[in-house]
Amino acid sequence: MDFGTVAATWLGAFFTLCILSFLYKDNPFFRFAESVFAGVSMGYYIGNTFGQTFVPNLVHPLFTPPAGTPREWILVIPLLLGFLLYTRYIKKVAWVSRFSLAIYVGYYTGVNMMQKLQGEVLPQSADTILSFWRAGTFTNVGEWISLLVVVVGVLSVLVYFFFSAEHKGAIGGVSRLGIWFLMVSFGAAFGYTIMGRISILIGRVIFLINQWLGIGNGGVA
Amino acid sequence: MYKKQFPLLLAFLGGAIPIISFFITTPGDRLKVTTDTLQDWMLIIAGAALLLGVVNLFQINLRKISTRAKGWPNALWLLLSLVIAATFGLADAFGTSVFGIWGGDVAFQWIQDAAFKPLQATMFSLLAFYVASAAFRAFRVRNVEAGILLAAALIIMLGVNPYAVKVLPFLPDATNWIMNIPNAAAQRGIIIGAALGAASFSLRILLGIERSYLGLQKGE
Repeated sequence: MDFGTVAATWLGAFFTLCILSFLYKDNPFFRFAESVFAGVSMGYYIGNTFGQTFVPNLVHPLFTPPAGTPREWILVIPLLLGFLLYTRYIKKVAWVSRFSLAIYVGYYTGVNMMQKLQGEVLPQSADTILSFWRAGTFTNVGEWISLLVVVVGVLSVLVYFFFSAEHKGAIGGVSRLGIWFLMVSFGAAFGYTIMGRISILIGRVIFLINQWLGIGNGGVA
Repeated sequence: MYKKQFPLLLAFLGGAIPIISFFITTPGDRLKVTTDTLQDWMLIIAGAALLLGVVNLFQINLRKISTRAKGWPNALWLLLSLVIAATFGLADAFGTSVFGIWGGDVAFQWIQDAAFKPLQATMFSLLAFYVASAAFRAFRVRNVEAGILLAAALIIMLGVNPYAVKVLPFLPDATNWIMNIPNAAAQRGIIIGAALGAASFSLRILLGIERSYLGLQKGE
């Protein structure tokens, strides 16, 4: 096994134990690992941002275009807009950074609005409405009940989120049913989260036992 | 005017282009091309914004170190690990080597394997204990709603546990039914409600009613 792999395993084991030491109580080892995590995460995102965004979309086309390809001078505009964000450090011209922010927020607001309406509201509503028609063609009682539960669930949850009418009487009853559906969903999400986290914990323990200590798998220790 | 109204106009125009391109097809698909170009530009601006966060991080932590504020060694570790990981990441991005020893891609992969992945996974796994203790508090059956939450969570947890499935073979079917029927119905309701809310909030931003993201107050 090469030195790089051995060093990575030992460091990984050290950081794993540092973080798990928090289960006993807050301590300097945990604080150290926590700080390293924050720093490495930021460094990782910097590397990713440059590797996947700046270099292919800005550096190559504008500064180092392949032979025979013209420079894309138009990219000076987003570069300038990016730089404008930093004017917030100069009090007198801090307002200029709003230009970049406004274009960015405006663009994604427009994209998001259409995506939400076309990609979420319409298909989800259409599928719910179509369930009524599908329900009429089913011969299987179980399937029919399931479709009915979906329709009732969607409508009751929407009634729960409808705040323009007071949740009293019939609306209050339907809204309560909506809460029950939401509770099923939250319970399911909670259950999956717990099992997911436990699965990650098992993964870390297996790493320590197999890879680091080499028990049962010929590790590096 | 340039300080307040002009940014609002820019936000409106920036949002109007993708919306119009969604409805209208222009000769040569120029509007669609413009939207795609804008998309690439936004990635660059987002990258610049990320680096703005790095500048901020350096400012705060360097101040902490220089004044020897409480916990300053942690600030030092944070900056050191940031510089090392970013150096490896930049070497990978530009296809250069690290100090002529390692290839950039090898170095960046190494820092991920040695530090980023173990730290991230263990930090998440640590939450298993706290989620479990939170579950203990949340799952005390005090009313119908808490009872439903408890029942759903228990069925889901046992349904993915092979030992529980051996004893109660109907659990996987029950888990699937909960996930695909009542859970899907609730999720659908949440998605429709949230999407309508997001769309109306988007309209408020595009029309300049909502302007707090620019640091402007209402009526400013």
